[in-house]
Order: sequence, then structure tokens, then C-alpha cells
Amino acid sequence: MQHNVKQPNNQQYNSIMARLFSSDRGGKLFLSLLAALAIVVPICNLLVPEGSAFHLSTYTVTLLGKYLSFALLAIALDLVWGYCGILSLGHGAFFALGGYAMGMYLMRQVGERGVYGNPLLPDFMVFLNWTELPWYWYGFDMFWFAMLMVMLVPGLLAFLFGWLAFRSRVTGVYLSIMTQALTYALMLAFFRNEMGFGGNNGLTDFKDILGFSLQDDRTRIGLFLASTITLALTYVVCRYIVTSKFGRVVVAIRDAEDRARFVGYKVESFKLWIFVFSAVLSGIAGALYVPQVGIINPGEFSPLNSIELVVWVAVGGRGTLYGAALGAGLVNYAKTYFTAAFPEVWLFALGALFIVVTIFLPKGIVGWVTKIRNRRNTPAASVESDT
Amino acid sequence: MKQTNGIKFCIFNRHEPLIPVIMALIVFISVTVSPSTLAEVKTPEENSNLLFLQALDYLKQKSFKKKGAAITRLQTLNDPRALSLFQTMMDSKLYYRKDDKRIVIINPTDAGTAITDVLTEKSLGVVEKSTLKKVSTNNRIRKQLRGAIAQLNLQHHDSNVRLTAVMDMLANVDADSANLFRQLIKQEKDADVVEAMQTAIAVVDLQSDNKAQRLSAIATLGRSLTSEAHNQLSGVMAKNDQGTFTESDEAIRKAAQSALNDINTKRDFYALIETIFFGLSLGSVLLLAAIGLAITFGVMGVINMAHGELIMIGAYTTYVIQLLMPNHIEYSLFVAIPAAFIVSGLFGIAIERGVIRFLYGRPLETLLATFGISLILQQLVRSVFSPLNRSVETPAWMSGTMEINNALSFTYNRFYIIIFSLMVFFALMAILKKTSLGLQVRAVSQNRTMAKAMGVKTDWVDALTFGLGSGIAGVAGVALSQLTNVGPNLGQSYIIDSFMVVVFGGVGNLWGTLVAGMSLGVINKFLEPWSGAVLAKIIVLVFIILFIQKKPRGLFPQKGRAAEH
Repeated sequence: MQHNVKQPNNQQYNSIMARLFSSDRGGKLFLSLLAALAIVVPICNLLVPEGSAFHLSTYTVTLLGKYLSFALLAIALDLVWGYCGILSLGHGAFFALGGYAMGMYLMRQVGERGVYGNPLLPDFMVFLNWTELPWYWYGFDMFWFAMLMVMLVPGLLAFLFGWLAFRSRVTGVYLSIMTQALTYALMLAFFRNEMGFGGNNGLTDFKDILGFSLQDDRTRIGLFLASTITLALTYVVCRYIVTSKFGRVVVAIRDAEDRARFVGYKVESFKLWIFVFSAVLSGIAGALYVPQVGIINPGEFSPLNSIELVVWVAVGGRGTLYGAALGAGLVNYAKTYFTAAFPEVWLFALGALFIVVTIFLPKGIVGWVTKIRNRRNTPAASVESDT
Repeated sequence: MKQTNGIKFCIFNRHEPLIPVIMALIVFISVTVSPSTLAEVKTPEENSNLLFLQALDYLKQKSFKKKGAAITRLQTLNDPRALSLFQTMMDSKLYYRKDDKRIVIINPTDAGTAITDVLTEKSLGVVEKSTLKKVSTNNRIRKQLRGAIAQLNLQHHDSNVRLTAVMDMLANVDADSANLFRQLIKQEKDADVVEAMQTAIAVVDLQSDNKAQRLSAIATLGRSLTSEAHNQLSGVMAKNDQGTFTESDEAIRKAAQSALNDINTKRDFYALIETIFFGLSLGSVLLLAAIGLAITFGVMGVINMAHGELIMIGAYTTYVIQLLMPNHIEYSLFVAIPAAFIVSGLFGIAIERGVIRFLYGRPLETLLATFGISLILQQLVRSVFSPLNRSVETPAWMSGTMEINNALSFTYNRFYIIIFSLMVFFALMAILKKTSLGLQVRAVSQNRTMAKAMGVKTDWVDALTFGLGSGIAGVAGVALSQLTNVGPNLGQSYIIDSFMVVVFGGVGNLWGTLVAGMSLGVINKFLEPWSGAVLAKIIVLVFIILFIQKKPRGLFPQKGRAAEH
């Protein structure tokens, strides 16, 4: 399979920056776009008066923030699917777990302002006649602890699952189905009231984060900026990983797992670490998503969400980090548009997208654009080996 | 006792032991006194009809005592109309017309009061309620009626009615009814009714003063599986507030304890059988849902995420068939099964020719594309049939329960599902093993290029195999339509379970699918009592996830070179 990691020259190899961006025009564009967003959006929202044509409503800012957290999630999935060939149909689970960790922190911040005014217990626990805070809710009143959990819980789950699965060489569709079963089992579990995560309704009615009110426009902008910066950082880190030696081994595993093993690489460990890292990123994406959307419920665990996420990556183009982010933005924008304008059509459109992309655009939009450009530049190269 | 209208009324009270005597007396009196004796030519039928009319006439009298006597008399006439008459009287629906004194059954409607003649059961039109007078009852009469109804039921010609009557009386059986049972049990031929009556007698005997009688009663109760027997024996073992046994005799207590243990052992045993039955029926559902997938995924290696939607299409086909033949619901399923097979099969072939054929050798892409198809099919159903659940009717022969004994009963629909799933399984097995299509399918699945070299049209075989798997999914949909709601989400809820069954059983092995489906169903049902349904499902999922890590190729892995990827 063709991939975008090109061999850098020896002179350039010394400089990390050069290594990251020497052949990454798309990446540079993507980072510039993020930078532009980070400057323009706050200005248009806070400084431009409301009547003006350039004013951005807080709703739009939140929507953009949501897309950015989805983009982060898409990059995380692309890392395992596009670069390592592990099609996870359960990445939504890691995203939701991160979201729940964040939601628990936000829930504890509500304190006495809940409907029942209990200083310690969230509303739904009072409603269920619980008298004590379950042990796993301890510590979530501290921001740093919650953030640690945002990364630790998905990471640990991924470690456990990956360690078992990769060691016994569960691959391909088997692995996909297992991950799907995993997120399905978690969904069923989180729907139960006895789990202590709000059951059906999930966690909602958040008031503030780090002392800033979530209803305030400035907090929204803050969250938006946090998403932008995290996404940019993630991109750079992921780019660093895929261009490193580690990343190249991972790509080798994707293309020929047995050969990589015979050459002497411990395939299991490589897979495991990239899987865990991806799960941690998904958790962070979830943590950014929840305060902006204002709710987290077990529906996020549904297998449909995870598989939709796969289509974002497929549409954008797997194996290119910015392509995944682009796909997340495009598909979600289409979803927002369709579900509001023609709700009947959305599932038809999404379904057709799945089919069209897999049959006609196996490398997504990015791959398609690259192909067209290649054909224009060097007509002879268009007959490249397309395996 | 006041005597107003001849001696026959004062000796009419509800002492059941006297019934045979009274019966003889009545027959004697009626035969000698009633007008029927005047007309010698009357047949016995007409005779009893006259007697019935006569007794019926007495119901209109004001005196409750005379009414009671009339009821007793009706009871002894052995007339089939008596039972419904008493029932109507209990429900306060028995009236008589003020003008011609004819006794009628009322039925209040919007237009007025519809009346029916008691004797001929013919409608007499709608009248004003003021033209009618109620055949009034009081507590005593109602009590008498209840007894009379029970007794008539006990002598009913249908043994099921008799059994129900005994069972109903079991909860508050008294010495009188025990005596009645003692009488009836002599002529009783049905073993179940005899057993129920024995239990009822034993419940009464347990309270007697005779130790031997009590011990034998305990022994009888120990053989019964009714909850009343259990309650009575537990009552013997009860303790009072001070913590001492209320029953002073230790021998009785011992006997009761061992009888209780007997009952509990038997009950546990039947509970176990019932759990296994539930498990097998759940397993059959899983098997039905998974078996089509075992073909497409197991034999062809195609991940068909739209499999659940093909099941859904089968269920909707059943719905449409029932709409087309509303007067023949009984037979609709027999039409629906082939129809669903064809409809889902055609959808399957269309999916294979339209999409999957471009994606052979790229399993992950197939997974995504078929998922897209599943979304489209769901929305299609939503647009065509509305997003709401549709109700599919269950034919009468599929509803109801099959009672094995008091502790064990099977519902027919679950029973038929088990049989049906096994039939589908073996039919599929036969297709794969005995037909030329099956031979070609197996050849292609084992070595595609070699099969092609031997002249097998692999394209054609692929399409047909996929159609077969899809058609079986449609048939599963017919079965599921009898168990769950038919809605656009029907398929989604089965897809993960089906994949689990196939993967757990071992891909490419139909027997593995059978074993996996059944064992997962049984495990699920055994977990449910102590964990709840949802947690049981989670535990089973986690179990399979862990199991696959241990044995990645499932319970029965395919051996040989073909199994290597």
C-alpha cells in the first residue's frame, strides 16, 4: 500500500522541524488553518458586535469546538487504522470514557447548586436514594486528578484489551468485531443505573469548569482555544511518531505483519503502544467534547458512533493525519446540515458515503486530490502501482 | 324453620353430603307432582327441560330462601344451561321482564339494554331498563352460587375444567369440600384431577387429630408440586414468636420436613429444566440470527454488517404477508417463510452483485460498505413503513402454554422456535452437504482458484451463496417477528450477538455455530437470575472477548491450510 511517509534526505534528518514538515504540505496547511481559526474565531465572537455580518454566534463557536474534538478523535483512529492497520470499531468507547471522566469532574463542581442541593452527591444519586459517594467518584473534585483519569482510564482499558488481543494475534476483522463487542458491552453497562454514572441520562447540567461559568462566552472561547491548541499539538506529536523509526516499523507491520515479525521486531509491543497512545488521545478528545456539548450519556458508547468515526477517517483519507481531521470536519458539517434540513435523507447520505468511499475512493479525499495532482504533473506516473 | 310452600324447600340447604338424598327426593317429588306426569307421552329430554323451566320460575320469587332452594334444584338437574345461568346471576345480569315474567340476560349497550332469552339464547331486542326487574341476590345466595358453580365445574365433562375447578378450590379448601372430593374421586378417571383432589383432601386431613391420618396427608402433600402443598407443609414447620415450633409432635415435624425437602428437590429440578429450556430457546434465536452469517462470513469470508437488516426485511415481509391475508393469520407464517427467504435472498444477491463483488479480499472495506448498506436499508424501512414498531400477529397455535405439571410449563412459541431453528439448521446442512450447489460452495470456500480451474463459475456461486445466507436471515426474521417488536432497529440489536456466535463457534463451521448459539443462550439464562438480564449479557460479551484471546479461531477451528490467512 502506498503511504505518505517519504524518505527524508540525510541533511534534513538532523532537524526535527524539517523532518516533520519537509514533505508535509497538507500538514502545514492544516496547522495554518488551525492558527487562523484560533485568531479569527475569538475576535469575531467577542469583539465584533452582534449585528455585524462578521459576528460569530456562540453556537457556531461551540459547534466548531465540537468538530475540533472530533478531528482529534479522527487523528487518534487514523494512527491505529491508517498507520497500523488495526481497524478499531470501539474507539468511541475510549472517547466516551474520557468524556465521562471529565463529566464526573464537572458534576462534582456543581456542588450545592444541584436541584437537590446536596453538597457531595450529584443529583441522580440523591434521586436513587444513595447516601454515600461511590469510591470511584473520589478525587474527581480535583481538576488534575480528573485530567489524569481522562488519560489513564482509556489508556488502561486499551492496554488491557490490546495486551490480550495482540499477544494472541487476534487480527483483522476478528479484532474489529471484538472492539465492537467491547464498546457494546460498555454501553450496556453504562445504561445501568447501578453503575453510578447516571444511567440513561448520563451526566449533564454542568455549571462551571475551573471556576469559570460554562454559560459564559469567554469560557466557550477558552474551550475552543484549548481544543485548537490540543489538536495542533496532537498533530505535531503524531507526525513526529509516524516519521520516527517507531512509526516506520508500525507502517511495516501494517503492510506485512509476518515479515516484520520475522525481521525481529516485537510486533505485539509496537501495536500495543500505538493502540494505547491512540486511546489516550481519544480520551482527551472526549474530555474536550463534554464541556462544550454539556452532556455525556451512554449513547456515546453505541457501536454506530464508533463506526461513523471510521467513516470520517475513510472519507478524509487514512494514512494522512490531516486527512482524517478534514474528514471529521466535512462529515460532521454535512451531518449538522442534513439532520437540520432533511432529516430523512441523512442516513441515506451517510450510507451512500460508506459505499462510495470504500469502492471509489479507497484513499479518501486526500488520496483522490493527490492522484489528480500527480496525474497532471507527471502523466506517466499515473500508472503507479495501486495495490 | 319456617315452612311456607311444602316441605321440599325447608330441607334444601347447602349441606353437600345430603345432595344424593335430595336429588332422589327432588326427582321423586317432581316426577310425582309436576305437570309432566300428566302427559305420559313426554320424552325424558322434554321432561328435564320442563323441570328446568319450573326451577327457573322459582328464581323470580322474593324470598331468598326459596331462591336458594331453586338454585339447589337447578344444580341437581344436571342441565348444561345451569352453569352459565349461575354465572350470569353472580354477575348480576339476570333479570326478568315485568310484563311476561320471562327471564332474560341483560347486556348494557349505548342504545339501551340489550336482552337475551335465557333458555333459547335468542336476542330479544333492546329495551328500557325500567321494564325489567332484577333477579336479586344477597350474600348468602351468592355464596351458594359460588359453591354451585364450583360443583358444576367439578362434574363438568371436560377434564381440564374439572382440574381448574379443583385447583381454584385448593387455596381455601374446607371439610365440606374435602368430603365432596372424597365422593367425586371414586368416579374420577383423569389422573391429574385425582391427584389434585387427593392434595385437597390431604390439606384438610393435615388439620385432623388423627396422627396416622396426618402422616399420610403429609406423604400425599410431599408428592404434590402445587404451591398450596408447599405452603401447608411450611405451615407445619412454622415457629411462633418465642422461636419454638407451633407443631408439638416431633414425628409430624420430621415427616413434614422430609416432604418439604422432597418438594424442593423436585422443584429445583424442574426449575433447572425450565432454565435450560429458556436457554435453548434464546440459543435458537441466536442460532437463527447467526446461521445466515455463518454462511456469508464463515464460508465466504465476507463481513456482512447488513445481516441484521436482512433479518429485519424478513420480519417486515411477515408483516406485509399478514396485511395481504388478514383472514388467514393461522397460515400466514407458512406463506411468510418462503416469501421472506426470497425477498431477503434477492436483497442479498443485489448487495453482492452491486457492492461486495468489488471488495473481495478487502474484508475491512467490505465491513464498512455493508455497514453503509445497513444504514440505507434502515432508513428505507423508516421511510416506507414509518419509524414506529409494527405489530405482527401471533397465530393461535403458537400462543399458550404446554403444562407438563404444576411446576413446569413450556410456552408454545418458544417450543416451536427451538424446533424451527433446528429444522433450518439441518436443512442448510443438507444443502451444503448433499446438493451440487453445496459442493461448489464448499469448493470455492476451500480453494477459489482451483475451483475456478475446475470449471466452477465462482461469480455465480458467490452470488448464490450470499443469497442463501441472506435468505436464511430473512427466515430468521419471520421467527423473530413472533418474539420481538418489528421495527427499523430490529436488525441492529442482533448483529453483534450474531457475530459473537459465529466467532465463538469457529468461523466456517456450522456445527460450531449450533453449539455456540445454544451454549451462549443457556449460559445467559443461567446468569440472569442472579445478575439481571443486562449484566448477564455484559458478562457473556466479556467472556467471549476473553475466550477469543485464548482461542482466536473459536471453539471448533477449521483445520488445514485453508484456515491460514
